[in-house]
Amino acid sequence: MAEFSIDRFVDRYAARAAGMTASEVRALFAVASRPEVVSLAGGMPFVQALPNEQVAAVARTVLEEHGDVALQYGGGQGSNRLRERLVMLMAEEGIDADPDDVVVTAGAQQALDLIGKLFIDPGDVIAVEAPAYVGALTAFGAYQPRFLPIEIDDDGMLVEQLEQALVRGERPTFVYTVPNFGNPAGVTMSSERRRHLVALCREASIPIVEDNPYGLLRFEGEPERCLRTLDPENVIYLGTVSKTFSPGVRVGWALAEQSVVQRLVLGKESADLCSSNLTMLMAEEWFSDEARWRGTLAGLVDTYRSRRDVMLDALEEHLPDVGTWTHPGGGFYVWVTVPDWLDTKALLAAAVERQVAYVPGTAFYPDGRGADQMRLAFCYPTEARIREGVARLGSLIHDETELYRSLRG
Amino acid sequence: MRIAIVAGGRTPERDVSLRGGHRVETALASLGHDAWTVDPAERKLVEALRERPLDLCWLALHGKEGEDGTVQRLLDLEHVAYVGTRALDCELTFDKVLAKDVLRRANVPTPDWVVIEGSALRDLGAGASLATAVERVGLPCVVKPSRSGSALGVAVVERAADLAAAVMAALSYSDAAIVERRVSGTEVAAGAIGDPLEQLPLVEVEPKDGVYDYGARYTAGATDYWSPARLEPATAAAASDAAARTLGTLGIRSIGRVDLIIDEDGEPWVLEANVSPGMTETSLVPMAAAAAGLSLAHLCDRVIRSMGSD
Repeated sequence: MAEFSIDRFVDRYAARAAGMTASEVRALFAVASRPEVVSLAGGMPFVQALPNEQVAAVARTVLEEHGDVALQYGGGQGSNRLRERLVMLMAEEGIDADPDDVVVTAGAQQALDLIGKLFIDPGDVIAVEAPAYVGALTAFGAYQPRFLPIEIDDDGMLVEQLEQALVRGERPTFVYTVPNFGNPAGVTMSSERRRHLVALCREASIPIVEDNPYGLLRFEGEPERCLRTLDPENVIYLGTVSKTFSPGVRVGWALAEQSVVQRLVLGKESADLCSSNLTMLMAEEWFSDEARWRGTLAGLVDTYRSRRDVMLDALEEHLPDVGTWTHPGGGFYVWVTVPDWLDTKALLAAAVERQVAYVPGTAFYPDGRGADQMRLAFCYPTEARIREGVARLGSLIHDETELYRSLRG
Repeated sequence: MRIAIVAGGRTPERDVSLRGGHRVETALASLGHDAWTVDPAERKLVEALRERPLDLCWLALHGKEGEDGTVQRLLDLEHVAYVGTRALDCELTFDKVLAKDVLRRANVPTPDWVVIEGSALRDLGAGASLATAVERVGLPCVVKPSRSGSALGVAVVERAADLAAAVMAALSYSDAAIVERRVSGTEVAAGAIGDPLEQLPLVEVEPKDGVYDYGARYTAGATDYWSPARLEPATAAAASDAAARTLGTLGIRSIGRVDLIIDEDGEPWVLEANVSPGMTETSLVPMAAAAAGLSLAHLCDRVIRSMGSD
């Protein structure tokens, strides 16, 4: 008799690795990435819109003029010149920052991990929007916090819920929010809520982590003020060039007080020594030509706006009686709520069978909610594919509705 | 021999199939065979098989089309030899609605069940029969898609009120749902290879979370496996006998696996059989072979050799 040891290290893994398991949803995504499936699942930027020749020229310049730097290690904080460019990008959104207070990270995702490493002890409470960006939940989750989900509506986080939680005695280590065109819900926090959140957190000495990947992908209207501008001392701000330029260069950043920056740099150095000089130089070079980056970004925003319009029209046409959804003024995502008897996770198999995919809502909650919700991304598929995908989804939900009615007798 | 491994496909088990197929390819190559993989989702299968002369196909596909006789019929038409069960028997085995009926008629023990067809719900008002289903089968019960694998779409239902949702979930994977009496006890798998089929040692499956679901199947370390199973000799013999009768009744050839559960009285119950058992690093048939002292290459060799008797 032998016990089969498939994984000889199974008793050695840290408790934080417990959640890292195979899942049905991942299995379905292996099929959903097939070309015949219209994937409204992944939030991939439409990099095809980047002017290839110009990007190639940037890469050439970097290697020809700065090859010795590009192919070498760099400092953990990222070069001063790149940080100046990032400060310039933040100025677009009204943030007045000093390059010394910026640390460049491998996408904003690494900043999330470093913040988790820096702030979270097991059992600490982290307040997050419900639904929240799944990558933040997994990054923070590795440090074993307890999440405090704060619900949202069309005006973003229901700050009064956070306030009530504080009255109840909750003391979050920090509050995490994506206030502009959030992932997954696509909603934007109102100015009133922003002021309330900032005042509340200042009063209770709770830092805010403001994650703003989509702020410059605004389709209409006036921008809300960044939380960082409302309280520079108490807000750690995260940015990325993934949506304004390319996610492939893996350039994101954190802007924070010096005390935090120093620790983030040390954390960054212990994680990966430094980001890639090659791609950091490419980002620096890309943003050195104002006409080029502005022109490209404006084109991207036009594309995303049209795709958003097409998705909202298609939802109106195909899901009028069976769903409600958000109307994002920017970003990548529409958040759809379907009747509560539908389980979007179970439905995904049938959706993939009909060649359309989405992300089931439960992924975005730390507490199992969201079975009647789904995230649809309009950033990557063409307008025709979005129309087709939403039509397939509509007919599926229509059939499921009939099935449900028949099950009810 | 020149052997094309057919793996991948468009089912939710695509990833599992590719992983298993890759292992089979490596094993066959280590035996000196000229082995390569064809993924029908990447290439038109007939085209891919015609462009490179071959002696044999190893079908590592899972799920619809791979296990339900579709690919097998196509290969019959193309006069391509393939490892494993013939088309009609695949169709029979893969569809639990058919397989359970056939097993019951052959007096092979399989837990009581009822079938709820999607079309009967839509067109014949079968929703009214849901309560009857619970009465017939009892609670807790297991709801599963009639035609799917890897425990996808399977749910254990404790309360009658949850049955409708479980049926809808199962129907997301297939056109019919099986509502089956839940037998609690020890889960075992009986692998068999060769021609005539020879049973490998039983593998006992003990998921750490209690449920052998998708995560427990494919996360290394999430399930404890024992082979031979920790059963009394008489109980093991009864399980092997039920497995052998299952394989014979369903016409399974060259390689197969029967999943059983041994109840508290030591009685075996057949849950299902597979014509294309998983070949990943956490799969049961390679594990059973290892318990018998056979490496994956040995296992593949045994299976390939059995084809010679055709």
